[in-house]
Amino acid sequence: MLKFLKRSIFMLLVLCAGANAELVIDVQGVARPAPVSIVPFGWEGSSPKIPLDIAAVINSDLKRSGRFAPIPESDMLQKPTDGADVDFDDWTILGVEAVVVGKLTQTGDNAYTLQFQLFDTFGRKQLVGYRMPASRGTMRAAAHRAADMIYEKLTGIKGVFGTQVAYVTAEQRGTERLYSLIVSDQDGENDHKIMESKDPIMSPAWSPDSRQLAYVSFEGSKSSIFVQTLRSGNRFQVSNKPGINGAPSFSPDGRKLVVTLGGVDGNLDIYVIDIRSRESTRLTTHRAIDTEGSWSPDGRYIYFTSDRAGGPQVYRISANGGTPERVTFEGSYNARPRLSPDGTRLAMVHNDRGSFRIAVMNIETKALLILSEGQQDESPSFAPNSDILIYATRLRGDGVLETVSADGLIRQKMASGQGDVREPVWSPFPRF
Amino acid sequence: MSHLKIFAVIMLSMLLSACPKTQVPDPEPTDVTYGGDSGANTSGTDAGGFGGGEEIPWDGAEELGTIIYFDFDSSEVRAQDQDIVAAHAIALNDSSFKKVRLEGHADERGSREYNIGLGERRAQAVRQLLMIQGVNASQIQTVSFGEERPEAMGSSESDYARNRRVEIKYTN
Repeated sequence: MLKFLKRSIFMLLVLCAGANAELVIDVQGVARPAPVSIVPFGWEGSSPKIPLDIAAVINSDLKRSGRFAPIPESDMLQKPTDGADVDFDDWTILGVEAVVVGKLTQTGDNAYTLQFQLFDTFGRKQLVGYRMPASRGTMRAAAHRAADMIYEKLTGIKGVFGTQVAYVTAEQRGTERLYSLIVSDQDGENDHKIMESKDPIMSPAWSPDSRQLAYVSFEGSKSSIFVQTLRSGNRFQVSNKPGINGAPSFSPDGRKLVVTLGGVDGNLDIYVIDIRSRESTRLTTHRAIDTEGSWSPDGRYIYFTSDRAGGPQVYRISANGGTPERVTFEGSYNARPRLSPDGTRLAMVHNDRGSFRIAVMNIETKALLILSEGQQDESPSFAPNSDILIYATRLRGDGVLETVSADGLIRQKMASGQGDVREPVWSPFPRF
Repeated sequence: MSHLKIFAVIMLSMLLSACPKTQVPDPEPTDVTYGGDSGANTSGTDAGGFGGGEEIPWDGAEELGTIIYFDFDSSEVRAQDQDIVAAHAIALNDSSFKKVRLEGHADERGSREYNIGLGERRAQAVRQLLMIQGVNASQIQTVSFGEERPEAMGSSESDYARNRRVEIKYTN
């Protein structure tokens, strides 16, 4: 009992203000990126220096996308902060295809206005201009939002720079391991530890409104499923049945979780739990391992892993129950299915000639595309624009995170600052 | 309390010399005692076995070890490990107050939640063996840590062999 108490006390629920960014991002661009220019932002306010280098945030977002090559400040022939001052010839001569100018203006004690304009230099016209309010706390988010608007205008694809990722880290501390659940901006900045434990933490999953995370915790040497509200740090236990409580994933309406329960006899099956009433409905009954359920975006199906045919393969079952239908046939190992938010592609862990890699299957054509090159790649998760995935791979024994475009052309590494990083999950779009 | 310590040391040295050699490396000494965080307060370590290095009543199980290793992609208890399970069955049948937690583990290959399933399958295989030998279901609890708590941190075949295991831990 004392042991248990100690353990409970050790279990910290912390909401620490973003200390050091844990992830350092290293781009491995593949495609030919377009030359663009983000001019340093102007500043009108009480302090001598701009409180946040807005241009640097936008610059880094666009560069990391792999689709753009921002030119260095030293190459710029002019540094306008207002659209009226842009001289297109100064940019076209450098081959720069698009230029961003803007400024930050202080309007109150903790009130600012961020404005920016994006120009097509060869077409000699403004593509988008926007002005938005910000505070010191939201300034970085505002800069990401500007980058999203710029990215969408230039590529036709919705930007995900304003989104977040959640992931788990494991660090060795003496003879013990310390597990942490982290939420950060998608660029690795602004990281918050939302939970830590001496016992493993697994399988984080975002609620559709991105305000909560479900996860599995082994505190007390048994698994249980929690849902934690990010802002407050409050959490509640959704499932603590005998045996396995695992693999939570929210329904598109946010009211239910699909989970894996094992029971006393250890027969893992897929269940749906109503979060409010805690009532559970069993969906599968096979004596094989059925696990890793996740909803289709339209809410009609639940995709899951089952080894009922021998090795693990992906199946789907109606969210109301019924007979499961096998989805994957290529290869001996396909697990952890996740549908893209647009419903067109299925990401999974696939055994590619002995290496576990991230693959996506086109739902319509069934064509399989292998996206990663590691030996132990795992936990694929789509960005909300369905265009990029994040997953975990190994670098010198430790888990690190990588992102890859869904066409496999642009891959980038996020080198971990601390410990073994695993199980990244990409948040839905933020709601303004 | 210090008696217990001395006893533990004697037990440990006996155990190390009696440990049968298998193809997997010898586990850490702390892994094969009832110590650690689970069974430190086991009441079975009474004066019966103390002094002179005589036979220990039911702790034969301990001499055999508390970790069962598994082949790749298998949840079958190997022939040479059946005796270990049998010894634990005897110990558990000896006292219905004794309880074990069977902790199933998998190697790191593949998907994490699926590996939770593989670890559970191994823990259940040991549970079934214990129950066939008369152990009451209420004395056994299973948990699977999948690949989350490796014994060996590396990624070689021999590391994987050490990580595919069930640890038998006495909780009461």
